[in-house]
Amino acid sequence: MLLNQFLLLGAVLFSVGVYGVIARRNGVAVLMSIELILNAVNINLIAFSAMDGAIAGQVFALFVIAIAAAEVGVGLAIVLVIYRNRRSIDLDEVDLMRG
Amino acid sequence: MTLGLLAQAGDGVAPIDTPGVAWSALSPILVLIGGAIVLLVVGALAPRRSRIGWHAMLTVAVAGGTIAAVVPLWDRVHDDGPYSAVASAVGVDGFSLFVTVVIAVAVAIAALLTDGYLRREGLEGPEPYVLMLLSAAGAVMMASANDLIVMFLGLEIMSIAVYVLAGLHLRRRRSGEAAVKYFVLGSFSSAFFLYGVALVYGATGSTNLVRIARFLAANTLADQGLLIAGFALLLVGFGFKVAAVPFHSWTPDVYQGSPSPIVAFMASGVKAGGFAGLLRVFVATFGTYRLDWQPVVYGIAVLSLVVGAVLAVVQTDVKRMLAYSSINHAGFILIGVQAATDEGVTAALFYLAAYTFMVAGAFGVVTVVGRRGDGHHHLDDYQGLARRQPLLALVFAIFLLAQAGVPLTSGFLAKFYVVEAAIEARSFWLALVAMVSAVVSAFLYLRIVLVMYAGAGDGADTDPAAGRPRLAVPAAAAIALVVAVAATIGIGLVPDPLTRTARDATPELVAASD
Repeated sequence: MLLNQFLLLGAVLFSVGVYGVIARRNGVAVLMSIELILNAVNINLIAFSAMDGAIAGQVFALFVIAIAAAEVGVGLAIVLVIYRNRRSIDLDEVDLMRG
Repeated sequence: MTLGLLAQAGDGVAPIDTPGVAWSALSPILVLIGGAIVLLVVGALAPRRSRIGWHAMLTVAVAGGTIAAVVPLWDRVHDDGPYSAVASAVGVDGFSLFVTVVIAVAVAIAALLTDGYLRREGLEGPEPYVLMLLSAAGAVMMASANDLIVMFLGLEIMSIAVYVLAGLHLRRRRSGEAAVKYFVLGSFSSAFFLYGVALVYGATGSTNLVRIARFLAANTLADQGLLIAGFALLLVGFGFKVAAVPFHSWTPDVYQGSPSPIVAFMASGVKAGGFAGLLRVFVATFGTYRLDWQPVVYGIAVLSLVVGAVLAVVQTDVKRMLAYSSINHAGFILIGVQAATDEGVTAALFYLAAYTFMVAGAFGVVTVVGRRGDGHHHLDDYQGLARRQPLLALVFAIFLLAQAGVPLTSGFLAKFYVVEAAIEARSFWLALVAMVSAVVSAFLYLRIVLVMYAGAGDGADTDPAAGRPRLAVPAAAAIALVVAVAATIGIGLVPDPLTRTARDATPELVAASD
């Protein structure tokens, strides 16, 4: 059926998100990329759920949306702290400690 | 399009009937969350600064309450066997209860350490304690989750609170840096975890661990690709939380930058939650597919053991050293996971319990030595500590020697049990690597001890640390250190009670009867 197409869309979104987290330097852009990954998961969950006719996947997607909101709230706050301390949200410049 | 699909799926589904909630089964989590809310309300009404550490005392009381809530559950599990509640979403078994107690102890010790730290830095307030309790609630949820949704919720509740805790010291740049690094890599790995959950759900048709285990035992999948990919992504998520190589890159930076008492909690409570989830999902649920995931865990364990031990030796910052050594310890616990037997689980649980005291105590000493600003963590700052403060140096030496695995301490037995489990599972090479890495990391611990006692660490100057102010050990921190030392030596001398308890605490997946 359609399942493969949804899974493919999910995988593409996931890859775009992973690329964004690795390649983008802007803190807010990294947050947006993480959101993309979470939404890729939502597409997968809903597609699987629609295939099964069971509701668990859809319920899970709602939980994921709520958690994503909480995560972005905390993430923006942390980026804001960084901005206040150094007037920049370029994550490459955050390198006082090196591992 | 999506709306159409939703409507389609909705047609055939009966109205949702909500399951009965067995509140008693949830009581440890409820005590932690309730305690956090009470603390938040009381903290908002009462003055932020007071001479008595009300916040810390209340947090310790909540941790004690959690342990008290575990006792009747433990008795019931012991008499009637494990059971699950809330439509099989939460499992109550010896395993979840054991880990709950470990996490509660970690919270209590970390709270006692935090009190003195917050006063020293002028950051008094209830927020750190509230976040710590919430994070612990998430970790307990992970340990008792019988459903991947609950597991993910627990993981996120635990992690998001700790991201904030890492950035607790708003004015310190390094604290903010630790928070941002932890947050970006942490939420990245949680997203991987979630993708893995979605794939496992797709392959097995359920998010419930009981049903997944049953499905995997009864059916042979024609196409395992989806399931195996799900395993891999789940392993990435767990590997990050427990700081295993190659998902460890955040650990040294975050441990170095975060406030030291918070690191005590990160290295004990958060790690216990991560390992509990790992054991529950992989050993208990995916046990039938162990031949597929065991080699990967084997590889991760070897890498963690070697990288943790070798890189720890070349550090000069004590917090970074302990960070790498915690990676090494994660490798040891992974040996127990890799065995995937009851002995392995018992050994891993024993290790977690013993390690909680050792690492929380070690970071407790680091908190005290860090002084105002929490910046004195270089090896030189420990030079001649034994002459200035013999008791503090002795306590630190005990924690370090225990981590090195010296006999008569809990660390020796912890290492012994996991290696024994590996040998029984016929992973001889892994046991050998573990022993070699223990020798290499012993060099690291002895190096710190030597610096403290001889005063000549890197052979640089033998200056007897003149003019350095005497370190003040806050009363609460002193209590925490004494408790941790007593437990470290006590478990080493009389291990039987803990060993027996850990043996009763294997995870069992039971479907709900309600």
